[in-house]
Amino acid sequence: MNGSAIAASGLRKAYKDKVVLDGIDLDVKSGTIFALLGPNGAGKTTTVNVLTTLLAPDAGTVVVAGHDVATETKAVRAAIGVTGQFASVDDLLTGEENLLLMADLLHLPKAEGRRIAGRLLDRFDLAEAAGKPAASYSGGMRRKLDLAMTLVGEPQIIFLDEPTTGLDPRSRRTMWEIIRELVAGGTTIFLTTQYLEEADQLADRIAVLDQGRLVAEGTADELKRRVPGSHVRLRFTGRDELDAAARILPGSTRDDEELTLQVPGDGGVRSLRALLEQLDAHSVDVEELSVHTPDLDDVFLALTGTANKEVNAR
Amino acid sequence: MKVIADSTTMLRRNFRHTMRNPVALFNGIVMPVFLMFLMVYVFGGAFSVGVDYADYATPGLMLTTICYGIGATAIAVNSDMTTGFINRLRVMDVSRAAVLNAHVIITMLRSLVAIAFVTGVAFLMGFRPSAGFAEWLGVIGIVALTVLAIGWLTVAFGLAAKTPESAGLAAVPLMLLPFLSSAFVPAGKMGPGARQFAEYQPFTPIIETLRGLLTGAPSAGSAITAIAWCAGLTLVGYLWARASFNKRA
Repeated sequence: MNGSAIAASGLRKAYKDKVVLDGIDLDVKSGTIFALLGPNGAGKTTTVNVLTTLLAPDAGTVVVAGHDVATETKAVRAAIGVTGQFASVDDLLTGEENLLLMADLLHLPKAEGRRIAGRLLDRFDLAEAAGKPAASYSGGMRRKLDLAMTLVGEPQIIFLDEPTTGLDPRSRRTMWEIIRELVAGGTTIFLTTQYLEEADQLADRIAVLDQGRLVAEGTADELKRRVPGSHVRLRFTGRDELDAAARILPGSTRDDEELTLQVPGDGGVRSLRALLEQLDAHSVDVEELSVHTPDLDDVFLALTGTANKEVNAR
Repeated sequence: MKVIADSTTMLRRNFRHTMRNPVALFNGIVMPVFLMFLMVYVFGGAFSVGVDYADYATPGLMLTTICYGIGATAIAVNSDMTTGFINRLRVMDVSRAAVLNAHVIITMLRSLVAIAFVTGVAFLMGFRPSAGFAEWLGVIGIVALTVLAIGWLTVAFGLAAKTPESAGLAAVPLMLLPFLSSAFVPAGKMGPGARQFAEYQPFTPIIETLRGLLTGAPSAGSAITAIAWCAGLTLVGYLWARASFNKRA
């Protein structure tokens, strides 16, 4: 199970003169969670549409579950399941009827369809609402039903386009649990998200998409390593203290307006104590101290450039 | 075989929709019945068309009934598209024919039920056709062909529209078209421009064919024109719907 579930190279797609995908390469290993992270309009949904046979790219090749998307469309479709950005459930049908509709369209025997539907309703805590029309479901329930509909066909690879956008925190956690269970059962998950926390929590590998290009790819830890390391930020009451501290701490970066000094360091207790002792020895008063460790937010902002101005201004 | 199985599954789904949202069928019946009252009791006396006005207007009202019923189809098709339901089916490799066929077939069933109802009301209002069994079969055939043509066009509108609201609007011109045909007054009595339009638009030969069959004076000429229009519109609607279905992801 260590082969590639999804392999794409050189994907390009443009609508008229607007380039949406500008040379995307992806490699997703079987049985892992891959997160495509990016702001709105980065091209996430277009990527999903290309990978799931819905949209033909202008250039590039895609192999999903060992089949070429362009020439073996049917085989690809038989192996995948897709849950779109908006829960596409049938509002006028009940939860159970939605699942049975999928079973019928997959040509499963009636009894098996009913068994699978019942199992999925139980598993996703929807058994109580099974007989109610989907229109009466909450946002979280609709998403669960949507995913359950995708699972009727037991796909090897599941694409989830922003599976938790618009959900309350509790429903989001439930969705994460479900996704983890799926992967534990051997399914490969390709998810798109605009939430760093979601990618950090779930994904084995993360690719950052910005304006149709992949600007970074790696594990969450690898990505975090790509931004300037952790540092200690010291704030002083006056210019004199700042000057004095800057003299005794070479390699630090000063900000005269904010009266702060950034000192590289891991923020561990031992190095903090050493730092403070050094300042004490020179009788420099520190008004405030904060330890800053980079999180995925820093990576995201640094890589996608949206926060460049902010970073420079500091 | 897969197409038939999938079409049946989708049709069952659309049938449930109609039963759970009877407003669609209700609208398709109430408006034409109201229009019939208006035409036969209010305006009809003022029109001199040479025959009893209920006999004259009923064929046109049959067609009008089709046009009032299709708004629901355009909206249903469009919401399937915009909510991503059709994409879900496409990824499942459900045949596109099945999805669209089911919408066309349910439209036909709804229209035929509504037309039967409206015709029943027409009988209560003095409609006395002289058609025999064979002529009635002809009427049903022409009506079915017309619904097929309009149904495919509507499905195409529904697929091409950006939102369910604009899909619903797409049906409006079709609702107006019967007024500019020989449905309620003979084209010969209209002003210049309107008359030519009425003479050459597809509804007029269809209505004339129905009228001929119902009054026992069938005209082969208008029947051929009517069938040709229906076949042509069905083809256009079908090709357009298929192209939209394949294009939009």
